Amino acid sequence: MDFSAIPAALPSLLEGMLLTLQLLVFGVAGGVALGTVLAMMRLAHAPLLSNLAGLYVNYFRSIPLLLVITWFYFAVPFILRGITGEDTPVGAFTSCLVAFVMFEAAYFCEIVRAGIQSIPKGQMAAAQALGMTYGQCMRLVILPLAFRKMTPLLLQQSIILFQDTSLVYSVGLMDFLNSARSRGDIIGQPHEFLIFAGLVYFVLSFSASLLVKRLQKRLTV
Amino acid sequence: MRLASCLLGTTVAIALLSGPAFAAEELTGTLKKIKESGTVTLGHRDASIPFSYLATDPRQPIGYSHDLQLKVVEALKQKLGMPDLKVRYNLVTSQTRIPLVQNGTVDLECGSTTNNLERQKQVAFSVGIFEVGTRLLTKKTSGVKDFADLAGKNVVTTAGTTSERLLKAMNADKQMGMNIISAKDHGESFLMLESGRAVAFMMDDVLLYGEMVKARKPDDWTVVGTPQSFEIYGCMLRKDDPAFKQVVDEAITATYKSGEINAIYDKWFLQPVPPKGLNLNFPMSEQIKKLIAEPTDKSAEEM
Amino acid sequence: MNYNWDWGVFFKSTGIGDEIYLDWFLAGLGWTIALALSAWIIALLLGSLLGVLRTVPNRWASGIATTYVEIFRNVPLLVQLFLWYFLVPDLLPEPLELWFKQDLNPATSAYLSVVVCLGLFTAARVCEQVRTGIQALPKGQAAAARAMGFTLPQIYRYVLLPQAFRIIIPPLTSEFLNIFKNSAVASLIGLMELLAQTKQTAEFSANLFEAFTLATLIYFVLNMSLMLFMRGVEKKVAVPGLMSVGGK
Repeated sequence: MDFSAIPAALPSLLEGMLLTLQLLVFGVAGGVALGTVLAMMRLAHAPLLSNLAGLYVNYFRSIPLLLVITWFYFAVPFILRGITGEDTPVGAFTSCLVAFVMFEAAYFCEIVRAGIQSIPKGQMAAAQALGMTYGQCMRLVILPLAFRKMTPLLLQQSIILFQDTSLVYSVGLMDFLNSARSRGDIIGQPHEFLIFAGLVYFVLSFSASLLVKRLQKRLTV
Repeated sequence: MRLASCLLGTTVAIALLSGPAFAAEELTGTLKKIKESGTVTLGHRDASIPFSYLATDPRQPIGYSHDLQLKVVEALKQKLGMPDLKVRYNLVTSQTRIPLVQNGTVDLECGSTTNNLERQKQVAFSVGIFEVGTRLLTKKTSGVKDFADLAGKNVVTTAGTTSERLLKAMNADKQMGMNIISAKDHGESFLMLESGRAVAFMMDDVLLYGEMVKARKPDDWTVVGTPQSFEIYGCMLRKDDPAFKQVVDEAITATYKSGEINAIYDKWFLQPVPPKGLNLNFPMSEQIKKLIAEPTDKSAEEM
Repeated sequence: MNYNWDWGVFFKSTGIGDEIYLDWFLAGLGWTIALALSAWIIALLLGSLLGVLRTVPNRWASGIATTYVEIFRNVPLLVQLFLWYFLVPDLLPEPLELWFKQDLNPATSAYLSVVVCLGLFTAARVCEQVRTGIQALPKGQAAAARAMGFTLPQIYRYVLLPQAFRIIIPPLTSEFLNIFKNSAVASLIGLMELLAQTKQTAEFSANLFEAFTLATLIYFVLNMSLMLFMRGVEKKVAVPGLMSVGGK
């Protein structure tokens, strides 16, 4: 084992890590936003909406993320062309991001739904008694309470997403894992770079999960 | 109905007649997209040494095909009057390159893509840029001399290549009982070979020389076997886009005519190349000389 | 959209031997199921063992189990797979390494790597479920058993585990389904499971949308039927008298 080539490769690895983090941040933001909308649809009293959201969640929860990534990578530009009638350049980054947002939304939806359901009905009734509309109740009362409760779960899911971003390797996007692998391949030290990548992932996600645990204790007081 | 087709006919006739006058102004297809977005997206490879690969800078592909690709970018700048045309790079693999050209992600892919009739149904090819034979890379001590020696052995090839199809078909037709591993890219195929998982790696001969350059001990390896096919590489672009194809073809042909190609060839096949500074020593074959003297966009099977 | 739809593509010849594309999908599905089931056996056995270790009154035992869980949960599955597939065989003693790499069929050696990888990865998750299940039981159960003269192994064997497992069937079900989905990573090391066959079909036939649609459908149906099956199991073994029973 010879790890001496790693320091020289750090700048390019760092660039890969930045891409990984971008995927993570945008993926979580988009996923939570879409997931919340889906959760409200699922809880709505309109059967059409709740069934639609239910189907969406079941659909994405039954297929592998890797399949979604590959699928979207090929299909998104085709679909965009179908809509706009022109070639729209969509890079691997965008299509992977779309895949993560749509896929993770199904998981975030379930977390948000459970969070909303854990809020006592009285809160809703009280807000309505004050003359708030359904939307206002949700936005001003229920969701803030629910998000406080489910923050640890959302963060845990985000750590899982952090690890899952490595799957973009399959479509050749240069994230952290792929740049480590590609450097290792060119230099002829694939093992060393792979071990290094594994260590970095471990340190980051382990410390993040420790922080989440601490936060969880604070929030549940 | 009649009137309609008559009208249509007239319109077409007018369009055809006035065609040349318009053509100079009216951009279509890829050219239009490039002009409007100010960006051209080039497909490149990860480990197709020395055609298109990443050596030191992970954002900057290099290689023989890449240099030709840049010639096309120069031509595009002139043709469209866009001196600061932006270039965007998109990494492709053997398996993703065709769908990505088709679906509009990549405008032009110059790597190590074989022009063949089957692919011509899906994409268009520029004039040929290289000619190779598909052979085997193996350890000097492995005892493998030709394809017949592979019966019952583990053989690796890269998924999505012509070699993969040839090898799988050969295995089925001749009932050789080979175990075929399809790796994701040439780098991974070579890793399988180097780590002893496969006794041989079937691929385009020149790429095999490229892999040897990267090996820990380049002298341990050798390229053997009767070529199973001869293949002409071309740059890939979207089908039915003659205006763009013309720009690409002209740029490459001009590089051939001016003799610049010799310097580019020399740089990548007869001089040391990154990342390890080793030399492929792959002198220009008769077929390649012919390809440069008489540029053609036909595939090897059509010749 | 210049794309030629052709839903009959699955019955067309692949050009290799006399196989049709549907054969590829079936072969791929076979690999996916084989991978998932064998990995699940490892995950369930090892995960239960670790889960028990995490709850026994012994610092060393629970320390080991905790370390295991943290390592396997915090390294991405794909990195783990590459380690098992590319690195671990190189660390084996020479004769074993040669046997693994050269004598074994490459599909078999890839299969073994994926099974071990998925099994150990999922074991960390199963362990957490088992621990939660055991800790959810009233403390009085273990105390009562001890008072009756049960040894520690007997307490786990006859009192805690039978109840814990029945409580945690829903989360275990979702881990079981995850293993099917996670097995798709095998496609990245060249094992021709369902996703790899789909990609190959897309590439050979140029009918990308059809191939991916069929794959999606197969995963969806597989997942749904396993879920229904597990719901049935859950009902059968539900612990009477608990809140969750009869609720929904």
